[in-house]
Amino acid sequence: MSTGFIFALTGAILFAAGVAGVVLIGHLLRRILAFNLMGSGAFLVLVGLAQRQDVVDPVPQAMVLTGIVVAVAATALALALVRKLHALTGQLELPDDVDA
Amino acid sequence: MLEPLFDPLVWLILLPLAWATLAFVLGPGRGAWPAIAGLATQCWLAIELAQKVGAGGVTNHVVGGWGAPLGIDLAVDGLSAAMLLLTQAVALPLAIYARSYFKLNDPAGTWFWPLMGFLIAGLNALFVSADLFNLYVTLELVGLAAVGLVAAGGGAQQVAAALRYLFATLVGSGAYLLGVALIYGAYGTVSISTLLPLVTNDAPRLVWIAGGLMVSGLMLKTALFPFHFWLPPAHGGAPAPVSALLSALVVKASFYLILRLWLGPLQTVLPAFAWLLAMLGAAAIFWGSWQAIRAVKLKRLIAYSTVAQLGYLFLIFPMLAAHGALEAGVMQIFAHGLAKAGMFAAAGVLIKATGQDTVAGLAGSVERLPVTMFAFGLAGMTLMGLPPSSGFLAKWLIIEVALAQGHWIIAMVVLAGGLLAAVYVLRVLRQAFLLTPASATLTPVPRMLEWSAFALAAASVLLGLRGVELMRLLGAMA
Repeated sequence: MSTGFIFALTGAILFAAGVAGVVLIGHLLRRILAFNLMGSGAFLVLVGLAQRQDVVDPVPQAMVLTGIVVAVAATALALALVRKLHALTGQLELPDDVDA
Repeated sequence: MLEPLFDPLVWLILLPLAWATLAFVLGPGRGAWPAIAGLATQCWLAIELAQKVGAGGVTNHVVGGWGAPLGIDLAVDGLSAAMLLLTQAVALPLAIYARSYFKLNDPAGTWFWPLMGFLIAGLNALFVSADLFNLYVTLELVGLAAVGLVAAGGGAQQVAAALRYLFATLVGSGAYLLGVALIYGAYGTVSISTLLPLVTNDAPRLVWIAGGLMVSGLMLKTALFPFHFWLPPAHGGAPAPVSALLSALVVKASFYLILRLWLGPLQTVLPAFAWLLAMLGAAAIFWGSWQAIRAVKLKRLIAYSTVAQLGYLFLIFPMLAAHGALEAGVMQIFAHGLAKAGMFAAAGVLIKATGQDTVAGLAGSVERLPVTMFAFGLAGMTLMGLPPSSGFLAKWLIIEVALAQGHWIIAMVVLAGGLLAAVYVLRVLRQAFLLTPASATLTPVPRMLEWSAFALAAASVLLGLRGVELMRLLGAMA
């Protein structure tokens, strides 16, 4: 079992934990953290799987950098929306969808 | 040397970025005219590009002179050119509509123009991207801009809908990204054209998992039943021009990506999921239509109709290898894109005029807003699939291919879906034809609102007469 594979496996577990968090947790801040966990998991898989015979492949590293930028932007947007929701309702959980 | 400077492909991405930034600099609520001018130019560029693709097949562009694997390649084939055409053709009338819809001091329109520009830039970039990772980035661009537009309404309901949409879209693109990571791990490349010969029938299990992850993520983003939970609040709660953009274009982007994978690098892997997708598509048609029939609010009704109409797109997957199925799917994308943009635009006029977002509140609007109700009716015609509309052509093509393949059950689903669509469209029209209650007052609405909604709805019907050109364009595939 190579180090790369261990990284990838850890990444897969983190990703699964992150998805479970985003889907199951009600508290919005914790959901945003779970989303970040999920993203980090995917990045670990991306970097880990691509390392063959301990030769560093720069392409996935560049991809992960881009991915981190996207994740930061998404987190910022999510936090801004949560703040707005908190200001409007005083809640940190999503209200039920009123289907009327 | 200067030739890349005049490549319409590049300008389709740069122009919306330019007018979006300009609108942002101009300040809150401003930037309508640069947007309209930019979109008019983009329409011309998209037509130019489509003609080029139709005549000479695939065109490529290497960004900044750096090719794959380190640089970014852009490529256009018939499918991309068609999607670019649809995007500009829907966005231009909606921009004209939105200029009248958002008055300068309307809080809902504060950041509409920059966000719309970034959304269109993301969409255009997505349709021309030639590698899986760049597709991920553009997918996120589109998703984040769309979430911003949903939240623009500013109320607690809208912000909650935006957050729900944001989490759905992030999980969806996260699953897609993990799939990309697995594919890179297996083959060491994300370029679509390089992957094409590499992925064979005996692909490792990793690639199957990747395919499953990517398609499920994209299903979530396309709001395929049962992943549609985020769509009705987001599309139903946003301001009308936003709902129109989202329903007509944004959900189609992730569907385009499924098609791209299916016809391209993952063509040996994905057909295993074909019947699953078709079954979910059929369920979406029935569930979406049923919810639309029951809906109290007008925009909820239209949003659930989107859930149903997206179902048709997934019916084509079991037959995609057969001639004509792709054409049927793209025709449905066009039909629904134009009709739903027109219908949401018309609904926006009705809501502005009557001051309420309920089906019951429409009584008497035929008398007072004949153009808008006519637009609503024309768009409804396309959704029901009445001839000569493009919706009729799309459903006809699906049924024809299905029967040729012996899948009569798909043909039955399409026919039943048309009937259900008739129920919810006629429910609105019936209410509109009732006599006006004496107490009801209508706010006058700008003419431009009514006519731009009408133009979109009319285009969805008239496209049925010019379907051949679109089919020919699709023939220019990679």
